[in-house]
Amino acid sequence: MPKLPKLPLAPPMPAALKEAPPRPSENPSKGGPIEEAQQAGIAVVDWVDERTSLSGAARWMMFRKVPKGTNWFYTLGSATMFAFLSQAVTGVFLAMYYRPDPSGGAYESIRYVTNDVFLGQFVRGMHKWGSSVMVILVFLHMGRTFFFGAYKYPRELNWVIGVVLLILTMTMSFTGYLLPFDQRAYWATIVGVNINGTGPLLGPYLSDFLRGGSEFGATTLSRFYAIHMLLVPGAIAAMLGAHLYLVAKLGTTAPPWTKVEKRPELRETEI
Amino acid sequence: MSDKHAKHKSKYTIDRGIPGAFEGETVTRRRFMTGTAHTAGAIATSAFALPALGFAIGPIFKSTPHRWEVVGTAEMFPDNNYIPVVITLTPNIGEAGKSTVYVRKFNPEIDTDAYDRNTPYIAISSRCAHLGCPVRWVDAAERFICPCHGGVYDLLGRRVGGPPVRPLDRFYTRVNGENVEVGPRFSVNSELRRFSPRDPGEPLDGIGQYLYPSRPGAQKL
Repeated sequence: MPKLPKLPLAPPMPAALKEAPPRPSENPSKGGPIEEAQQAGIAVVDWVDERTSLSGAARWMMFRKVPKGTNWFYTLGSATMFAFLSQAVTGVFLAMYYRPDPSGGAYESIRYVTNDVFLGQFVRGMHKWGSSVMVILVFLHMGRTFFFGAYKYPRELNWVIGVVLLILTMTMSFTGYLLPFDQRAYWATIVGVNINGTGPLLGPYLSDFLRGGSEFGATTLSRFYAIHMLLVPGAIAAMLGAHLYLVAKLGTTAPPWTKVEKRPELRETEI
Repeated sequence: MSDKHAKHKSKYTIDRGIPGAFEGETVTRRRFMTGTAHTAGAIATSAFALPALGFAIGPIFKSTPHRWEVVGTAEMFPDNNYIPVVITLTPNIGEAGKSTVYVRKFNPEIDTDAYDRNTPYIAISSRCAHLGCPVRWVDAAERFICPCHGGVYDLLGRRVGGPPVRPLDRFYTRVNGENVEVGPRFSVNSELRRFSPRDPGEPLDGIGQYLYPSRPGAQKL
């Protein structure tokens, strides 16, 4: 197997971002309030960087070489990540109003958010429709990776992590669907839990675990709520970090239609 | 420990000239301290991880007490048609804990199966045996019909069409003075033989009863 070339930890700052040195004919700045503010900002960044060496990591992450032919399809992964961030932010604010109370409080709190809270309908709508957007983007991103052959060596582990992220996203969709606790949410969850139960041997135990008992009970809703807002988001964030690290470490692939230009000395001569 | 290492060094610390070594000692103090630290870490992690895990999966093994609920008086229920009654499966969670049960009087001409003898009333669960949607008794067709995926059952709750894998579940019934009471749920296979309650979608004929085991939390009487 070919050995991968090692990336230097911190690539140099691209030329475009470097400040041009002053021309000898120009008067060097004498300093003013803007200059001083600039210097103060640089001093703060320097202070942090001296103690963390974060700028090297940031440059390693941000200023990567990308192959020729990189196009808009390569933005689907970032789009999925921003969909997740949108879900996380709107979810945090929805959690400020939501009550996981199966005897009417859950439905009432959702009704309150939708009808009475300022911008509540908008934030809830972002979360509700954003969940569908995220699932669609996950599949488009997966399709891009598949059709461009970007799952092949050495990126198999990133494909595996991506599949885990897909499963976690579906878990979020399933557990979040119950939370409004209306008729649709209740019966969809009953059906979903029973589909889990049709797995042989372990299925019945899995559906008992999801319900927190043999019947839909007092703790089923809070169980789904905890999985939806604490357990799975943490797992997604951790997996997302690993996913991004491997993308930066391994680099992205060129599109499959890109022709490799061989160096002249390696070209085979036609016989 | 590689072979090369083992060739050159004895397993006894005293042979390796380690200061403070004593006769028969094979574990160096460095190794002992490393092992101790790892063990302490493992114990500390288990101390919170195992209870948390048990806390999460505990409800699977918890058995719920049998509930008997009065659903009406004896003269309410005919022996050739079902009367819907609402019972509480899980108390204290409002509507979400309730379920509809179809009840009729035992009829020796219809209920000829041996398993149904000595049952004063037949109580059929409205939970579809496909995936748990609520079935409805349609009097004109004399069928239970599920709105979700088209499951159809006959008067005895046996599947006559659609995707369900077994007949509708039933409830134990008893007569207490003038009152008819409905008790715990049980499942039946296509011959109406009784089994501990299963979830919808789990067949009970043939190998099904072993592939979908009953759980300690829910057992038949």
